[in-house]
Amino acid sequence: MCLGVPGKIVSVDGLVATVDFFGVQKQVNLHIVDEPVVVGDYILNHVGYAIRKIPLEDVEGTVAMYQELIDGKPDDLMRQDIEGELR
Amino acid sequence: MNTSQLKFRDPALGRALGEKLTTVVNQIGRDPVSVMHVCGSHEQAIARFGLRSAFPRALDVVMGPGCPVCITDVPEVDEGVALALQGVRVATYGDMVRVPGTVKSLADARAEGARIEVVYGIDQAIELARQTTEEIVFFATGFETTAVATAAALLAGVPKNFSVLSAHKYIPPVMEIVTEMPGTRIEGFLAAGHAAVITGSGVFEAFVKSHGVPVVVAGFEPLDILAALVKLVELVRDRTPRVENMFPRAVTREGNRVAQEQLWKVFSPTGGRWRGIAHVPNGNLRLKEEWAAFDARRRFKIDVARLWDSAPPKLLGQCLCGEIMSGSKGPKDCPLFGKDCVPENPVGACMVSTEGTCRIWHQYGGHLDLRGIA
Ligand code: SF4
Repeated sequence: MCLGVPGKIVSVDGLVATVDFFGVQKQVNLHIVDEPVVVGDYILNHVGYAIRKIPLEDVEGTVAMYQELIDGKPDDLMRQDIEGELR
Repeated sequence: MNTSQLKFRDPALGRALGEKLTTVVNQIGRDPVSVMHVCGSHEQAIARFGLRSAFPRALDVVMGPGCPVCITDVPEVDEGVALALQGVRVATYGDMVRVPGTVKSLADARAEGARIEVVYGIDQAIELARQTTEEIVFFATGFETTAVATAAALLAGVPKNFSVLSAHKYIPPVMEIVTEMPGTRIEGFLAAGHAAVITGSGVFEAFVKSHGVPVVVAGFEPLDILAALVKLVELVRDRTPRVENMFPRAVTREGNRVAQEQLWKVFSPTGGRWRGIAHVPNGNLRLKEEWAAFDARRRFKIDVARLWDSAPPKLLGQCLCGEIMSGSKGPKDCPLFGKDCVPENPVGACMVSTEGTCRIWHQYGGHLDLRGIA
């Protein structure tokens, strides 16, 4: 649960962003994140709230790690946690 | 070392860090050297990526009370169950549903006709409330990272038929409790990166000063965890207890002030029990007086006593979850592990949650600790 999930901001409407998580689009609340975010930025989502902006140089490595987790076996707990966040 | 350079799939770096870890632990020259992390995702990553096989034999990396579902106390579960059986719709995170209370879980209540809604976050629960005139109670669990979402949602405004049953917990105080336990072996802590994103690494400074135990903030990639462990055992070796931030690309000393402000506007820390562990002063987050109207405990008369008529399930009394989370026992010490207690039919909370130590060990058990086989 404390892992969170990274996603790319598709649009921003006030304090709500539409974010793409590995092909799944979801609304994410921006009330907590303390840096300005714009379309194209990557954020880390925890229970529907963006908790941080992912620095540009980190995006590739982070996304690659999550992709590996998502491609894991169906009973993989990290995969299950990520899927739980994207339900 | 610059952790932002670390790429988790670089085996050469992983090996180098593993060797460094062994060197430093050998320099300490004691067996075991015990450190604790307080995060289910850390344990998952350690188990999933087989990191324990890179740990030196003398290093014991224990998972502490880092699973929010597991430390939700039995009476707190009882409150949710009682409310649900009183006919109130209770929304909560999926992992909470099967966690045993004194006699019943939310799943048992559901089997008796209570309405339990599984949501992935508080906003979904609020959405449910907007679609109905019925009362919706959000049974809120999780550490500070999750509590800030609850706080932000309340501050943004919720419908009148919505309220919160808070079982939120605050990590820093429990580190003191674990350190002060008689016979504790814990010599240092790895702190969870995403909780520290909110609180800042500075939140641990007072604890390090008063208890003389080092704290290292760690990220979640396998090499992040290895690098943070190297730093931690160096601090143990050198007897230089301080706070080190090994996740600087996400965590600052001050943390996220916007989030902290919202958190403390809504919640105040109070003492309370952590399931199976101890009473933790300031370890529970409860809604402040100003939020009474949205506090399920003040809004409803919650009749938990009626749940206590029947005897609790016999096996639950044998569950070692609390000892495991405070670091004195491991899942393998529990005679029920993998026999009477399995994920499909869990006895204790540590086997329910995907972040529970027993569940994680059971899942990745075969290749969990290669040192025993080698
Ligand atoms: S195996 Fe089950 S009964 Fe034993 S400590 Fe773990 S959760 Fe409790």
